[in-house]
Amino acid sequence: MEYKDYYNIMGVKRDADQDEVKRAYRKLARKYHPDVSKEPDAEARFKEVGEAYEVLKDPKKRAAYDQLGAHLKSGQEFRPPPDWNQGFEFQDGGFTGGGAAQFSDFFESLFGGGGLGGRYTRKEFHARGEDVYARVSIDLEDAYHGAARSLTLKATEVGPDGRPQVKERTLNVRIPKGVRQGQHIRLAKQGGAGFGQGEPGDLYLEVEFQPHPFYRVEGRDVYLNLPVAPWEAALGATVKAPTPTGAVDLKIPPHSAAGRKLRLSGRGIPARETGDLYVVLQIELPKADNDRAIAAYRDFANACKFNPRAHLGV
Amino acid sequence: MVKTDLSNLLSGELLDEDVALTLGELSRVCRVPAERILELVDEGVIEPLGRNPVQWVFQGVSVRRVRCAQRLQRDLGVNSAGAALALDLLEELERLRVRLNLLD
Repeated sequence: MEYKDYYNIMGVKRDADQDEVKRAYRKLARKYHPDVSKEPDAEARFKEVGEAYEVLKDPKKRAAYDQLGAHLKSGQEFRPPPDWNQGFEFQDGGFTGGGAAQFSDFFESLFGGGGLGGRYTRKEFHARGEDVYARVSIDLEDAYHGAARSLTLKATEVGPDGRPQVKERTLNVRIPKGVRQGQHIRLAKQGGAGFGQGEPGDLYLEVEFQPHPFYRVEGRDVYLNLPVAPWEAALGATVKAPTPTGAVDLKIPPHSAAGRKLRLSGRGIPARETGDLYVVLQIELPKADNDRAIAAYRDFANACKFNPRAHLGV
Repeated sequence: MVKTDLSNLLSGELLDEDVALTLGELSRVCRVPAERILELVDEGVIEPLGRNPVQWVFQGVSVRRVRCAQRLQRDLGVNSAGAALALDLLEELERLRVRLNLLD
């Protein structure tokens, strides 16, 4: 088992007072809260900080932890000395909060009740299992057609010896057609196992779209930036445009300006109210990289008498 | 992608606007007391259809907002108004990130 330096995790000195510990926790909790943070290791950091705070906020647990010694470093191999917690009141067990199943082995061995000589019994204890959250990443196309995804979940369960153990299980889940970014799929009773005769919790899957190289999704509408040539925009044209359900022929009306939005009704994400696909025109300029192109640009300038900065007053 | 065995495919419930929940159902699914739901309605975190709590109907998306508000309050010590503000800002941030991704 690895020792965890809770002071280092919280970024406070060993002699920090309880207010400093609380302030440090609040700051880190905001920074790494999985609902708020986009940092890739946010969830792990948040749990680590929560575990550190669970110990340091409680003067009795903190005192017991402190006497393990200041010389230890995070990650160092560690065994709690026998009777390390003698004389501290929390010894009777049953004191860790509801989220304790997520804490580290280090925490569990010190404060997790099961390691304290079996003084408390879970014989009469029944509780519903925890609800579990997971993200499932899909492609935009999956939202148009529906899909199946296989996911592996790691769950902490209480083993026969009363200690938590990590179990992996694989679920095959149907991704319904019409699903949108950020929506939740609820799978009843697929969450954490219950205690005693308690029933399992639910599993919530949050749907996340893989970033697409050219489509952008807003709710059930899909946006595509479509490059067009200046003459296609000015004179009108029929051009090929990709859509998530296959390429289409798109009519560009004459006198189209850059940024013009063309709506392809009903080509967004299918649902009871199907979304639309918006094609946003982007005018791409051909390079003036040969004599004929240069001459054509000169003719263009002479023919148009165009000042693109007129609205800036210059 | 991992090969998916279709024989034991699980189908869940998609919590979208087609799912309508009563006050009691929402409070059971989110595992919070009904008073808490009333509080979040007052803050505008979730918006039911219907005149009074007995007739209220919530869209499935309310589940995500209620649960997120719960986590923010539990973990960060914010009150309902703070959670409501955070939720609005987070959703705005998410929209802007989507746009930004496309510009990069």
